[in-house]
Amino acid sequence: MSDQTTPTGYTSVHRTLEGKSAVFAVLTTVATLIGGIVEILPMFSAGAGPAPLAGVTPYTALEVAGRDIYIREGCYTCHSQMVRPMRAEVLRYGEWTRAGEYAYDHPFQLGSRRLGPDVQRLGGKYPDAWHYEHMRDPRSTSPGSVMPPYTWLHRRVVDPADIQASLRALQRVGVPYTDAQIDGAPADMQAQAAGIIDRLKAAGIDAQPDREIIAMIAYLQRLGKDGRAAIAAGATGATPDTVPTP
Amino acid sequence: MQHTAVNSVDQTGYDDDVVKWFATATVIWAVVGMLVGVWVALEIAYWQANLGLEWTTFGRLRPLHTNAVIFAFGGNICFTGIYYSMQRLLKTRMYSDALSRLHFWGWQLIIVCAAVTLPLGLTQGKEYAELIWPIDVLITVVWVIFAVNFFGTIAIRKVDHLYVAIWFYMSFVITIAVLHIVNSLAVPATLARSYPVYAGLTDALVQWWYGHNAVGFFLTTPFLGLMYYFLPRISERPVYSYRLSIIHFWALIFLYIWAGPHHLLYSALPEWAQTLGMVFSIMLIAPSWGGMLNGLLTLRGAWDRVRTDPILKFLVVAVSFYGMSTFEGPMMSIRAVNSLSHYTNWTIGHVHSGALGWNGMIAFGILYWLVPKLWNRPLAHPSWPTTHFWLATIGIVLYTVSMWAAGLTEGLQWRAFDAAGQLKYPNFVDIVHQLQPFYVLRLIGGLLYFTGALMLLVNFFQTIMGPARTAMPAPAPAR
Repeated sequence: MSDQTTPTGYTSVHRTLEGKSAVFAVLTTVATLIGGIVEILPMFSAGAGPAPLAGVTPYTALEVAGRDIYIREGCYTCHSQMVRPMRAEVLRYGEWTRAGEYAYDHPFQLGSRRLGPDVQRLGGKYPDAWHYEHMRDPRSTSPGSVMPPYTWLHRRVVDPADIQASLRALQRVGVPYTDAQIDGAPADMQAQAAGIIDRLKAAGIDAQPDREIIAMIAYLQRLGKDGRAAIAAGATGATPDTVPTP
Repeated sequence: MQHTAVNSVDQTGYDDDVVKWFATATVIWAVVGMLVGVWVALEIAYWQANLGLEWTTFGRLRPLHTNAVIFAFGGNICFTGIYYSMQRLLKTRMYSDALSRLHFWGWQLIIVCAAVTLPLGLTQGKEYAELIWPIDVLITVVWVIFAVNFFGTIAIRKVDHLYVAIWFYMSFVITIAVLHIVNSLAVPATLARSYPVYAGLTDALVQWWYGHNAVGFFLTTPFLGLMYYFLPRISERPVYSYRLSIIHFWALIFLYIWAGPHHLLYSALPEWAQTLGMVFSIMLIAPSWGGMLNGLLTLRGAWDRVRTDPILKFLVVAVSFYGMSTFEGPMMSIRAVNSLSHYTNWTIGHVHSGALGWNGMIAFGILYWLVPKLWNRPLAHPSWPTTHFWLATIGIVLYTVSMWAAGLTEGLQWRAFDAAGQLKYPNFVDIVHQLQPFYVLRLIGGLLYFTGALMLLVNFFQTIMGPARTAMPAPAPAR
């Protein structure tokens, strides 16, 4: 190197360091750990982490099944679940997202790109039948949509035992499901599916309650609903760390 | 030989077989990963391109594309360069041939597992960390094997001092291990499904600490190490500044880790964390450009050769794109800019100016230089690299320009108001349709880049299966 002939000052200190590989490795480790520790550890201290917004409750078994499908299909590669505190976003999508709305999201699904619209406030926006048809043929409900059809959701069947395994794992990562809730999951799923089946029937659609599309509808109709209600009710914890921009 | 990559050590005794395998894997996975990239670009332009199949929707293929180009193509070229340069820089064979082989086959097994599971919809649903938990465990095991081999080789080195390339490799080995393990902590529900121990925004913060530093420590530091070894060797010029390499190494690895929260600007993540992410991202310009300048200035006195030598063309454009994308990135992490760029195709353009421009071009340059040496054969088509270079360069320009245009278009239209203060484009689909020409242009850019990679593949296999040189060419005159 051009200026290496006579290392002086810190370069000579560094030259010595280059001969001590273990020390070099330790210093490299320390240098790369500091930022993560400072930024991430506070999230685990009381008050700074994602405490649930008052009124936000864990997903039902059927909704967990739907969320598993949402994850499987990689919906997050096109749809975000985060309304930013900006006027244009609030007008387009609804209330901006509070931290406590995500408290039971394992994994988070904020997304990084909007090839399609944000879905954070999708719950309750359209009837169940809209989602049923939209997943079968997106262009039947959203003319000009570029989303592919997800016809297999209408064929494939959800296994309640599989969802119980999901609930148990979620319980272990801290979602407050009781053992009784997990044991009763199959009946619970049936009851929630029956409601969706009834609403579909009223819209002239005959559907099977055990199909993936029913779980998907349950999840999509839940999205952002608790948070919206909590915010409307002036829930504590709704005060933003991020001040909304005009 | 301290601190100069140009050495004249007797090469017998080095394990170049594993280097050849990694090089071969690099070329194959490059074509596979980029082909999937072209396919998903086609799907965005024409939604019918998944052919109605569940395994080929954008949602399932996009993770396959990102994993294939980052961890398969990117990973294999890093390992190619590391195994080649480490032995020469430390003047010793790798610590253990068995570990080298386990590392090679283990890494390829991981890639094959990824290629099978992702189209099946088996995913953790975390960007750039989609692979299911059994594969995560496999990655950890293989990484430990690599680390033992890496540090074992350093321990048995026959030179006193570690050359700058080794510092960068070391930060790669250590930091990727930490990032992968912390971000992948999860409780399994079944063999294919697990849930992260972190919830909501904590999960998001951990994920983007990981995700951004996959860029920092998988696509940046090992590649800078490759730059510090191969650029001086290929250009036969000493590294411009030893001082600069010290400063920019420590500054880069210290600052990079903080930048993750810039992926979560305007989210409900605490304000202080967002601001730290933004501030450290802006500071990152300094060490990034320190690296770029150290690379480009190394070429002083060799610029005349850039006109004629396609390998140097690849390297110069690679380092230039590194400079451009490490300027663009900090700009995009400024909150005001991010309010426009976030969630748009601008981000996609930015990522690809880094991946195609920096990682891809430096990989191609290294391969064209290394393959004839490793196999002791002249390139089967010596004129093709120049064609490849121009296809790739024009492809990148079409890609980034079209994505800038698409990103600005959608970003501005999402937030445009009419005179009454209502949304000017209330129907999301109307905005999507305006992007169609840009998507087609991007597809063309991607196809050009992919065509270049295909030329590399053909040239590579015809070269290694062709006749060996009868005698080594005369050594270059000493400088």
